[in-house]
Amino acid sequence: MDTSQYLDIFLDESKEHLQNLSDQIMELEQNPENMDTINEIFRAAHSLKGMAGTMGYKRMQTLTHDMENVFSEVRNGTFKVQPGMIDVLFKCLDALEEYVNNIQQTTEEGTNDNQNLIDALNSILKNSGEVKAAGSAAASDKADSAAAVSDKSNAKRERWQDIKINDTERMLVEKANAEGFKVYGITVYVEEACVLKAARAFLVFKALEKLGEIIVSAPTAQDIEDEKFDLTFSLIFISKSTKDEVKAAIKSVSEIEEAFCEEYVLAEPEKPAEEVKAAEKPAEEIKTAAAPAPTAAPTAPSPIASGNKPSAKTAAKPVVNRTVRVDIEKLDNLMNLVSELIIAKNSLVSATEAAENKGDSSSVNEQIEYLESVTTNLHESVMKVRMVPIESVVAKFPRMIRDLSKKLDKKMELYMSGEDTELDRTVVDEIGDPLMHMLRNSADHGLEPNDVRVANGKPEVGSIFLDAYQDGNNVVIEVRDDGAGINIEAVKGKAIERGIITPEQADTMTEKEVIDLLFLPSFSTAKKVSDVSGRGVGLDVVKSKIESLSGEVEVKNRLGQGSSWIIRLPLTLAIIQALMVVIGDEKYAIALGSIQTIEDVSPDDIKLVQAKEVIHIRGTVIPIIRLNKVLEIPPREDDGNKNLTVIIVKKGDKLAGLVVDELIGQQEVVIKSMGKYIKVPKMISGATILGNGEVALILDTNALI
Amino acid sequence: MDEIKVMDEQMRNESLNRPVEHDTTQYIVTQLGGEQYGIDIKYISNIIRMSKITRVPKVSNYIKGVINVRGVVIPTISLRLKMGLPEDEITKKTRIIILTLDQHESIGVLVDEVKEVVTLDEEHTERMSYEKDDKERYLSGVGKADGKLISLLDITAVLAEVVDV
Repeated sequence: MDTSQYLDIFLDESKEHLQNLSDQIMELEQNPENMDTINEIFRAAHSLKGMAGTMGYKRMQTLTHDMENVFSEVRNGTFKVQPGMIDVLFKCLDALEEYVNNIQQTTEEGTNDNQNLIDALNSILKNSGEVKAAGSAAASDKADSAAAVSDKSNAKRERWQDIKINDTERMLVEKANAEGFKVYGITVYVEEACVLKAARAFLVFKALEKLGEIIVSAPTAQDIEDEKFDLTFSLIFISKSTKDEVKAAIKSVSEIEEAFCEEYVLAEPEKPAEEVKAAEKPAEEIKTAAAPAPTAAPTAPSPIASGNKPSAKTAAKPVVNRTVRVDIEKLDNLMNLVSELIIAKNSLVSATEAAENKGDSSSVNEQIEYLESVTTNLHESVMKVRMVPIESVVAKFPRMIRDLSKKLDKKMELYMSGEDTELDRTVVDEIGDPLMHMLRNSADHGLEPNDVRVANGKPEVGSIFLDAYQDGNNVVIEVRDDGAGINIEAVKGKAIERGIITPEQADTMTEKEVIDLLFLPSFSTAKKVSDVSGRGVGLDVVKSKIESLSGEVEVKNRLGQGSSWIIRLPLTLAIIQALMVVIGDEKYAIALGSIQTIEDVSPDDIKLVQAKEVIHIRGTVIPIIRLNKVLEIPPREDDGNKNLTVIIVKKGDKLAGLVVDELIGQQEVVIKSMGKYIKVPKMISGATILGNGEVALILDTNALI
Repeated sequence: MDEIKVMDEQMRNESLNRPVEHDTTQYIVTQLGGEQYGIDIKYISNIIRMSKITRVPKVSNYIKGVINVRGVVIPTISLRLKMGLPEDEITKKTRIIILTLDQHESIGVLVDEVKEVVTLDEEHTERMSYEKDDKERYLSGVGKADGKLISLLDITAVLAEVVDV
């Protein structure tokens, strides 16, 4: 069987299962007796095993099989979960993750057998006094599947007869009959070993849709897509093809065990009682089919409770996280269309301005307003499609902190909030590493050793917080700890030692300037170099990464009480609100988000401080940047005593005043890349196309300050 | 852009009139200063009239800026400045040739005039030796058509340097 087409699904699902396993094992460490957790782990390990087996990844299958054996015994109550076991299990997860990563990169699982882990798992089985454990698990497995087979053979019949149709569907069937189409009832059985049932069902649907139209399916198409069905589904299908053709089409899909196809005859609308009964029946069967798993564990403390809860959970999961996997290229395409629409809107605006000069144009204005609301909505909904919760990135952190806690021998706890905060997909993919660095930094440098904490009157267990929230057009992610905070003097000492600054410089530096030193390449203050952090890679990488995402990093420091690292990221990278300005005879766009105020300044108010021009506005001294000089634009003549238009922009808590010649107004601009053939200076963040078709450059005020 | 249509037609006619030979290449002949230069047609995705070029600050002088071609921002360079010729004089005949080397990245080059399409076979082109002076290092050879000499531009060499800037 060619499995390559399922590789994506396999990878996605494996990752999901691995994350789930990791979460559950963490949970198990806290509550070793929780049967729900154990069942969930067993289930996830079992699915992984099956998937790996189907895809032909033998090593991965073997490892998961042994993990499953251990859990099978725990579930049966043969032995209890011990701390050492958790560590082995985490190591197994790491190994599995390695397999999955290998598969992702090369489609091969690699050659690491992880024999030591398998041995460790087997020794767990043996040392618990159950020598025959592995064998008995296999045997019980067999018994399980045997039971399932017999269960299934009893049930195998043409279930499509149970389908209840409503009036509309009845009408469709009658109409099809009248028009000479054939109506078939179809019941398809998927092979029990089939792992990707939904995929198979999808292929069947696709094959059938080539021949005709599916009018009813039981369970519903949505449930089938979510894999909420039990090896079989039934359809009512309208087609001109013959019965055999339809059957052949279904059978062309692999892993289909049986397909029943008969002509569908409309039942009399009466006999509601029987219909209700028929409808109930499959539900009952599904229930009994689902039952064997939990009841197969008779020694579990409360089989009913433990059996019901996880299944309810798994059923509920797709509802919580109902995602559509969309090819990012398609999204980009859609995005481009929207961009174009906005450009069209802008040209319409400039066209009407021309019309306005000639006469009345209220109807045009109305149209534009409509167009504007459409484009705004379209933009929003497209952006939302691209948005994903940061959960996928931060979910792995609790595990990481746990490992760090062991490695560093410090007690610590991670508290997370706002995991559902959404960010652009591209940003989410990139943000993982910087966050990981910062958490490690907090764990290693931020938190004091436990004894020091106790001596300082703090709780023994250190706390690290990761909070994410939306703030206007930005998303803020804050990594905070209640450790010692940044020791400014220690940083200064280190910088002097490294020759980065002189002792004289150190005396005049502000706290903020000192903290900025931390972001320099190859700067590390950890006295002990560990493999966690302290190799001098990290903070400078963090900073450049965040900046490449048009974000910024800010540090707040309270000595003795901890420090917080605040990452501020833009919600979207594609369309921004901008202020259009004219400098000389060139037009530029400045992102509205960074603009504080716009001031009208008399040339007399400009003072010189250390040979730099500044202005005094409401008690603050703000440096002036003459954009025509920075951008090499010949200055306009006349100037002399005319008032200057100064745009006050903000970066973090720094302000600067940009001198421009004219303001055009606010506009929604689409950021366009300028291509790789031209290396633009840092202060230009991109280009945009104006209503008249001209290109205007977008200024990155952050790079100017 | 009507020019393109004309050229399309020319090309079609030519390909109709003579069967495709394996070792022929079509070039678009452009005028730069007093000389004629040929650009391999496979790199050319569009030829447009002069349009407003937005200057980009702090880049090399031969990069004239960026233009908008159907909603895409494309950098534009001056072939004249690149090859050490005097600054362009914008006339009615000035054209921007849009070159696309790989799938998505395009660049515009300013030329004085676009003349015609010629088909040259290997016999009528001479490869350049490896010792090239400043101007010649962007040439891949010289071709003869109707008794005229056409310098053939090595577009990859021209653009490779642009990327390095």
